[in-house]
Amino acid sequence: MSDEAATPRFRPGVRFRFDEPRQAWILLAPEKLFMPEGTAIEILKRVDGVRTLGAIIDDLAGAYQAPRALIAADVIAMLADLNAKGVVRL
Amino acid sequence: MTPPPAALIAELTHRCPLSCAYCSNPLELERTGAELATADWLRILEEAAALGVLHVHFTGGEPLARRDLATIVRRAASLGLYTNLITSGVRLDDRAMGELARAGLDHVQLSFQDADPEPADASGGLPGGHARKLAAAARVIAADIPLTLNFVVHRGNLDRLEAMLALGERLGAGRIEIAHVQYHGWALLNRDRLLPTRAQLEAATAAVREARARLAGRIVIDYVVPDYYAARPKACMGGWGRRALNVSPSGRVLPCHAAETLPGFDFPSARDATLGDIWTRSDAFARFRGVGWAPEPCRSCAHLEADLGGCRCQAFALTGDAVRADPVCALSPDHGIIEQAIARAEGNGPLTPRRFGRPAARR
Repeated sequence: MSDEAATPRFRPGVRFRFDEPRQAWILLAPEKLFMPEGTAIEILKRVDGVRTLGAIIDDLAGAYQAPRALIAADVIAMLADLNAKGVVRL
Repeated sequence: MTPPPAALIAELTHRCPLSCAYCSNPLELERTGAELATADWLRILEEAAALGVLHVHFTGGEPLARRDLATIVRRAASLGLYTNLITSGVRLDDRAMGELARAGLDHVQLSFQDADPEPADASGGLPGGHARKLAAAARVIAADIPLTLNFVVHRGNLDRLEAMLALGERLGAGRIEIAHVQYHGWALLNRDRLLPTRAQLEAATAAVREARARLAGRIVIDYVVPDYYAARPKACMGGWGRRALNVSPSGRVLPCHAAETLPGFDFPSARDATLGDIWTRSDAFARFRGVGWAPEPCRSCAHLEADLGGCRCQAFALTGDAVRADPVCALSPDHGIIEQAIARAEGNGPLTPRRFGRPAARR
């Protein structure tokens, strides 16, 4: 789960995009709609099927000028939650 | 300003090759001749996208009974809408699957009546139906389209829940939905013979808990405790006129598919007005939107914002008054109706299969 070499990716059938009418980022999954907010959006923008978990954490730690361990805990917890909800594959 | 709906439930037809005793569609089905034309649906989809709809759920009846299904799906996909086909699967042959995949279908929800062929076919009323569903599931997987298996559960099949979950796993479903019968329409006629016992329900809930732990990260299991055994009602449809709109086969625009059972409404038609006008301006959608309409004990209840007083159609079906608390709520003065139904849930009469072609009232 916390293998930083793993590459998180959206499961088939999941779409992450900005919705103009709502002026909000949305996650569309089979029969589910999620409205991520704040840092969750920044994490999801980096889930591109190319970047590894470690690279996503490095990038966010740089962008937020925050301790890496703190960012890592947040990212791992959020992706684990989205994995359980069938949105992200780790 | 009224926030936009997230979902359009497009009931393309009431025609269906199955005849399930738990069918929650209305007693009086809309006739084929009254169905919207292809061009009407294409326009409705454009109006839905403009209004801010994200998901379109193509349902019925059996959507594959319409020959123009792929044309309709293609337009929805081209508008950026997330397309979901809710089907019995018995007509999902290679040709239909190929057309739908090319049209851009995003997801299939395939219904099963049971885990075993014999009770499944007895329940759906179509010999060989279960085998055709198994073949349909394989086609969906081969087309690389995410698959949800939907099991409608009741007293007669709930004891095979573990086998249902195993079937979903074997067929490669990404999601399994365990849906208790909703006692609307035809299903209410059979309620006393469909409602599970409390012991069955507890075993089922435990089986789901175990399967969720075992399948975490692989298969999502959606399961909701049935209304009749819950202490609090559900915010039906996520709230009247809040998350979804439903277009019936003939074009009636409804807050939910059972809403036409309610008296005193003149539901607008998509033939006469745009979805946007109906959503924001019609009396039908405004009537029970929010909590302003709520009677006591809901009005002064701490749970009102969460459950919005429950289901209006259920309140009407059980009490004769749509403006009452949903009787499934333990705080409702009418909750005795539910307790009596549960007490009767041990009875064992024959089920009445859905009948087509003639109104139930005149059987």
